[in-house]
Amino acid sequence: MTTERTLSFTEALERFDPTLGLEVHVELNTASKMFCGCSTVFGAEPNTQVCPVCLGLPGAMPVLNAKAVESAVRIGLALNCDIASWCRFARKNYFYPDMPKNFQTSQYDEPICFDGWMDVTVPDAEGQSVRVEIERAHMEEDTGKSLHVGGATGRIHGADHSLVDYNRAGIPLIEIVTRPVTGTRESAPVVARAYVAQLRDLLLGLGVSDVRMEQGSLRCDVNLSLSPAGSGLLGTRTETKNVNSLRSVERAVRYEIGRQAAVLDGGGSVVQETRHWHEDTGITTSGREKSDAEDYRYFPEPDLVPIAPDADWVESLRARLPEPPRERRARLQEDWGFSDLEMRDTVGAGALELVEGTIAAGAAPSAARKWWLSELARRANEQGLELGDLPVTPADVARVQALVDEGRVNDKLARQVLDGVLAGEGTPDEVVERRGLAVVSDEGALSEAVDRAIAANPDVADKIREGKVAAAGALIGAVMKQMRGQADAGRVRELVLEKLT
Amino acid sequence: MSDLTRLTAAEIGARLASGAVSSVEVTQAHLDRIGEVDGAVHAFLHVDAEGALAAARAADERRAAGSPASPLDGVPVAVKDVLATKGLPTTCGSRILEGWVPPYDATVVARLRAAGLPVLGKTNMDEFAMGSSTEHSAYGPTHNPWDLDRIPGGSGGGSAAAVAAFEAPLAVGTDTGGSIRQPGAVTGTVGVKPTYGGVSRYGLVALANSLDQAGPVTRTVLDAALLHEVIGGHDPADSTSVDAPVPSVVEAARRGADGDVAGLRVGVVRELTGEGYQAGVQQRFDEAVELLVEAGADVVEVSCPTFVHALATYYLILPAEASSNLAKFDAMRYGLRVLPDGVDAPSAEEVMRATRDKGFGDEVKRRIILGTYALSSGYFDAYYGKAQKVRTLIGRDFAAAFERADVLVSPTAPTTAFRLGEKLDDPVAMYLNDLATIPANLAGVPGISVPSGLADEDGLPAGVQVLAPALADDRVYRVGAALETMLTKAWGGPLLDRAPDLTRGDA
Repeated sequence: MTTERTLSFTEALERFDPTLGLEVHVELNTASKMFCGCSTVFGAEPNTQVCPVCLGLPGAMPVLNAKAVESAVRIGLALNCDIASWCRFARKNYFYPDMPKNFQTSQYDEPICFDGWMDVTVPDAEGQSVRVEIERAHMEEDTGKSLHVGGATGRIHGADHSLVDYNRAGIPLIEIVTRPVTGTRESAPVVARAYVAQLRDLLLGLGVSDVRMEQGSLRCDVNLSLSPAGSGLLGTRTETKNVNSLRSVERAVRYEIGRQAAVLDGGGSVVQETRHWHEDTGITTSGREKSDAEDYRYFPEPDLVPIAPDADWVESLRARLPEPPRERRARLQEDWGFSDLEMRDTVGAGALELVEGTIAAGAAPSAARKWWLSELARRANEQGLELGDLPVTPADVARVQALVDEGRVNDKLARQVLDGVLAGEGTPDEVVERRGLAVVSDEGALSEAVDRAIAANPDVADKIREGKVAAAGALIGAVMKQMRGQADAGRVRELVLEKLT
Repeated sequence: MSDLTRLTAAEIGARLASGAVSSVEVTQAHLDRIGEVDGAVHAFLHVDAEGALAAARAADERRAAGSPASPLDGVPVAVKDVLATKGLPTTCGSRILEGWVPPYDATVVARLRAAGLPVLGKTNMDEFAMGSSTEHSAYGPTHNPWDLDRIPGGSGGGSAAAVAAFEAPLAVGTDTGGSIRQPGAVTGTVGVKPTYGGVSRYGLVALANSLDQAGPVTRTVLDAALLHEVIGGHDPADSTSVDAPVPSVVEAARRGADGDVAGLRVGVVRELTGEGYQAGVQQRFDEAVELLVEAGADVVEVSCPTFVHALATYYLILPAEASSNLAKFDAMRYGLRVLPDGVDAPSAEEVMRATRDKGFGDEVKRRIILGTYALSSGYFDAYYGKAQKVRTLIGRDFAAAFERADVLVSPTAPTTAFRLGEKLDDPVAMYLNDLATIPANLAGVPGISVPSGLADEDGLPAGVQVLAPALADDRVYRVGAALETMLTKAWGGPLLDRAPDLTRGDA
């Protein structure tokens, strides 16, 4: 694998305008596959979720999953697409061992959704949004999954044999294709990332997919081309396959801009080809060339009848669409009184739903945000987990905050309560009970402790008596130490000041 | 020859119902007959004596308990090897599927089993149903029981020959361009291609999905109707299956058998007669039409001008669909696997190539190449696209013709059975056998072929075809049964009584 020369991002943009195109494959979360009744649950033993249809056995025939059509239409509506009143499936013919029929049942020139758009909020540009036009969103089936064994890289090259798992074969996919996105200049990488992120949120909101990039239920191919700056032309594009994290989308765009710029700058021309993204090294390498463009010999699938979504049904789906993520965010930001920065951090941390849930469970917005974005974010980061994967619920967090508000624990104890919850010791109340974390609220005990602290620190006490209230901290610290932290610091402060002023 | 094998399926059903015979006896009689004659006929690729007898015993138990599964419960049947049969080899006449045993039943087969019909075995066919003679079977040709040196038609020559040779009272065939009707014509038997979508294609190994249709292969029209009602009807596993009740074909066959066709409008298709049709075939057809006139039918000539393009249209659409359907035979999951000679550690692609080279016969390769070409970028519109347009026009010709006639008639095949090997090197001559049957497949309309008699010049059977509008399958049964009654009366008995007795060596 040779590393190609790249131009710096800044240099590249001085000379060239990038044009983006994104193809996103979404695995739908229907219970059964696109054309048969097999389960779609992820992670089952290989080749246990298969039948004559998805194995492409001779004679077997497909039957279209109505739920998948509904999901496709809902996605199309959410992307402001037109919905075809009549469309068909087609066969995309090519040979590959992980494709049981050696053709993929897909849609070709009659996609179910077409001509839509999504306004993408670009995070690092104040208030800026980019309208990404959607060319089409069409239905197709997934292929099986090849596992190449014996080689160093896990790729077919160098492997001594390959295994195929057909559990994935026939899982419903929606392919969402943008029109070329121009004029984004230096924002191109972040626009690409923001588009995929916003699309992911939209799909999540629709409830049509798990959209887990790491499990492959959302996969992105990045098309990129360069043209001389200001020329308004379209250059030759490359298609970088399987860029499967948001960060990688941004990096892949950035890398291809630099690489193609170096090629063009050196007097060469960009080869129209498929490229592979390497997560580890952050580069792309040449895959198969598309210059002798594969001829897929598309023709209408004769085993399926045309799909003609009823207009009333489409309208009823439109009427029941959830609030779009962008509008929802604007609404929540206003309701919660977050600044733009606070909102962006909340979204960026993947904490929007968690914070929302915590607030719904009774916490103040600022408190909810504080717990998730500081304390819990730190712990997730330490453990290499997504925030949402921490074993703590928004209700737990709200309860912890309630305990603080009630004065039953202080901040320090509250963090210990969370420790307990995260360790699986039970609900916040159970942790408080079992670990004995409640603050001492016995006024008599507290008063005695304050008296002891005053007696032990006469100099400090005098300063306070002289009006240097700031000195109280030393006495409070001494009391907290005596109480092993299990006291309400605010109440201790009040007692100190009562006694000395 | 056992008397039991000479009975029609309807007669066997009646005797099973009355307790005069058992299904085991009937099934065993047919297995014995297969043992006697199939060495010469080679109608079967696989005989399942054990399975058939077990099913027969179960049928006898149901009859004894007074709860038969259907009027044909216990009547044995042969199944074309293009239909998936759980636990029974299914080769489609191809080397590439040698040894493949499907883990599931085609819907048609499941319905046969559910109705209690013991499956005698799988019948021979041209490889993947590509041909009109069964000579393209990788397992050797089937021989016509009327003359063992001649072809039994194709692709379903095995099913037709099995019925004609009294090896089975009933068989299931499939008809993509005439593969039920043309073998019926050249073996003196009855074959029906139902309306497209009338019989489930689930488990039928597709040749051309938009043309394929399974249907009955029998010796009488009534038997065909009885079998049709068993295998027909909506199947949720086949999206192209018609969600409507099966037409009352048994009733139509019974009604037609009284010979009453008074007032029926019969259209003779100008483009499907005359030039290109063997004199004796044309003569028997003309006489059949005359019988209809005598019986009170109004016979008119109709013209379907685009039918002259039907063959060309068919040979674009069929190979296009077939080239895609046959891609799945790649040695990766089932069937034949051939490792290329002299290649160390061959890649998957090399194994696919070697397997498809060895596993497919020449006719299959020819059609894969034709279809791949027709679908290729830059050629699609000129070939596949245009063929679909002509297909629409053919449908309109039918619609116009059915404005003027209730049914259309023509000779089923242009000639009687030719000699084995005679047309093997001339694909176009072979394709011309289906000239008259192909339009029905392109338009999805039902058709029947019933024997019209023996051609004078060679003493071999010819057939008359009756076509009706989509979903009006009952009409082809009614007219077919009327013709059968009148012709049988004219002959003084069933045509097949004149076929040679294969057990005496005088064939």
